[in-house]
Amino acid sequence: MEGSTLDIFGSFALLLAFLAAVYAFVGGLIGIYARKQLLSKSARHAGMAVFGLVALAVASLEYFFFTDNFSLAYVAQHSNRALPGFYKFAALWAGQEGSLLWWSFLLSMFAFSALFLNRKRHPELMPWVGVILAGVQIFFLTLNNFVANPFNVIAGADSSGVLRMAELSHGSGLNPLLQYPEMVIHPPMLYLGYTGFTVPFAFALAALLGRYPGEKWIHITRRWTMVAWCFLGVGILLGAHWAYAVLGWGGYWEWDPVENAALLPWITGTAFLHSVMMQEKRGMMRVWNVWLVFSTFMLCILGTFLTRAGIVNSVHAFAESQIGSWFVGFLAIVLAVCLIAWYKNRDYLRSDNQLDSLVSRESSFLFNNLILLAACFAVLWGTLFPVLSEWVTGSKISVGPPFFDKVNIPIALFLLFLTGVGPLLAWRKTSFDALKRNFAWPLGIALVAGAVADVLGFRNFYALMCLILSIFVTLTIGSEFYRGARVIASRDHVNIISAVGELTMRNTRRYGGYIVHFGMVLIFIGIAGRAFSQDVSKQVSVGQSLSIGPYTIVCQNFDSPSNDNYTSQRATLEVLRNGKSEMMLYPERRLFTASQVTETIVAIESSPLRDLYVVYSGIDPSTNKPVIHAFINPLVKFIWFGGIVVILGTGLAMFPERRDALVLRTATQPSWGEAVPASAAPALSGSAKQSGQSFLRRTDSGDDRT
Amino acid sequence: MKARGKFIIGSGIIIVTLLALAYVGYTQSKTYYHTISELSTLHGAALHQRMRVSGDVMAGSIEHADGHLHFVLEENGKELPVNYVGTDPLPDTFKDGAQALVEGQLTPQGSFVAEQVQAKCASKYQAAPVGSSMAVAGKS
Repeated sequence: MEGSTLDIFGSFALLLAFLAAVYAFVGGLIGIYARKQLLSKSARHAGMAVFGLVALAVASLEYFFFTDNFSLAYVAQHSNRALPGFYKFAALWAGQEGSLLWWSFLLSMFAFSALFLNRKRHPELMPWVGVILAGVQIFFLTLNNFVANPFNVIAGADSSGVLRMAELSHGSGLNPLLQYPEMVIHPPMLYLGYTGFTVPFAFALAALLGRYPGEKWIHITRRWTMVAWCFLGVGILLGAHWAYAVLGWGGYWEWDPVENAALLPWITGTAFLHSVMMQEKRGMMRVWNVWLVFSTFMLCILGTFLTRAGIVNSVHAFAESQIGSWFVGFLAIVLAVCLIAWYKNRDYLRSDNQLDSLVSRESSFLFNNLILLAACFAVLWGTLFPVLSEWVTGSKISVGPPFFDKVNIPIALFLLFLTGVGPLLAWRKTSFDALKRNFAWPLGIALVAGAVADVLGFRNFYALMCLILSIFVTLTIGSEFYRGARVIASRDHVNIISAVGELTMRNTRRYGGYIVHFGMVLIFIGIAGRAFSQDVSKQVSVGQSLSIGPYTIVCQNFDSPSNDNYTSQRATLEVLRNGKSEMMLYPERRLFTASQVTETIVAIESSPLRDLYVVYSGIDPSTNKPVIHAFINPLVKFIWFGGIVVILGTGLAMFPERRDALVLRTATQPSWGEAVPASAAPALSGSAKQSGQSFLRRTDSGDDRT
Repeated sequence: MKARGKFIIGSGIIIVTLLALAYVGYTQSKTYYHTISELSTLHGAALHQRMRVSGDVMAGSIEHADGHLHFVLEENGKELPVNYVGTDPLPDTFKDGAQALVEGQLTPQGSFVAEQVQAKCASKYQAAPVGSSMAVAGKS
């Protein structure tokens, strides 16, 4: 049987991957302590080989999906013959075993890249990095091999009592909620984020264990952190958009444990991306940064655990899955290793500087971190509250969205404020004059706009604050681009547009960061729009209508299109606006044949200012009439668009800066991460003197250099 | 040291404010989880709390009457009559024998008024799949 040899092939590759990881770990450690370079090298090769072996296992599992071979329990549970190929590929991560394999695969991909790209660099640091990466891989490969093996075959006793393998003729199908294009991209993105944070974690722990001098590990891992952070953010947004488009309850975020689980490491990652600047520029917060990286990694593991084990949502804690205790054990080991590494090397992390003034860049970073950590803690606390309350009081209590909203909306607004203020404050201390020069106009315009909005009837307090702050932040960002570009434009005699381009490419990190900030402003505006959403639910038969906002929705027809994969109930609705026919909408409910599960297909008519969101909620059993649930969700599009801006900004911030490339070519730099001397700046400073001191000061100190 | 002191005071104000907000949010939204057998042991204020109760939908117990829906949850032989007063149509997974989680309050007569009902097919019951699938369980 072809199938049975291939599943042996797959599980054998997985077992070899486990052995290779063990070799990379043990061999690497011996190599470090016995100072045997050759052993360290072979351990590194073993670490890289894990990637190839896990890739083989993934490929052979995919082969089973694509050949409709239902002899594997995992394939039979998550696929069926009529499933489109696109989704057969995605079915790999539809269940527990497969998604853990997928975790291992992405992790080994990151580990391979980190080991390969640095194979000739950082000879004292990399062996430790390899050992730590291998340690994490051992945990996940243990799960893959011995706890949740995706290659388990279906077997049953035959009439004479002998156990035989069986091949089912049909699979039970992929959960229809996952049969949506974004569900193919969302888990890989989220998992790329989760696994990606392993690399900064490995470098931070390695630097601490090996007492690697200075801030080098931060320079090395800055891009890795941004990649992981960006993937995680994209994953969260895709998940939110999927929930919005598929679940049909009119929203995109409900503070659900799994949503929260992904948000937590993203928050600490955001805090880390900001506080590293304190360490780079001022030698402060070393302990804090190391612990931020450690926490981010542990929250990634916790997130995987919450997603997989389902401890929080169930009424019976821990009854769901035996995999939970493995994760708890692993988290305990990681925490213990981090604590010991920190305690033994804490002298290595001492700060160089103290906080000089409350009105300074330093203190804005400190508040940023404080507030992000508070948000993280509140979300973590709320998510784990059922578990914690059961341990402490014996009764299981959950908290709902009001808890999360109450805490996080003020935090978000304060963050928005810092986004506007922080980047324009000087290091050490900012004078009152500088404050006035930088903030008077943006703040004035924002307040006037807020007053006008209030007079026009814009009364929701938080939404009004969000509007004022968004305008303020946008203006400060705009003025930063304008000031810098004006200097370049007058010096090089170019127009302002190309000067903006030149300015951005000259300091991609800073201006990319501003673009990320602007994207976040757009996302916040979109979220604030939630305060103005409305919905109507009504039973309508053909010819009847319902009204919402400026729209009248007339029911034209009900039919039931179907194919091999599903049968469907569909409403044909005509949308009128001010009496004029505007569009047709076709909300649907699909009943999937293989799994007998129903899915809602929401009809969304999206415009920049508002979404008309219409759900066919089903047939009311007591009256036999179809129920249509319509929502108007203002500004939701800002969220998705803001997400794209954040991605672009992040990409830009990772782009090498123009000057760096030149410096590198002259080979005066030991590595690209070294601080560029401030002497690269004076070309600008002559004209900068007239145009704004804050600009000059920052360029001179070279403070935003990588 | 002066700046440091100010920073600590500022942080203190922020943290106390957030704690107060968290407490208000907590009292507004806390929901207790109970098993059906625990319900008979509750007394005093605990009877009036917002709670979630899970159990299996008793076969043949689902009735539609005057726009409302009545059914009986059972768990280990204990029964709980439920009156669903929510406006959303129930998920299709809600049928005889399904596992259901109801959220609402107990009446003095010992029945349950549910504002939300979530259901999972008993046969398909397994650990949640990838990503926001708990959201699925919560909203489908």
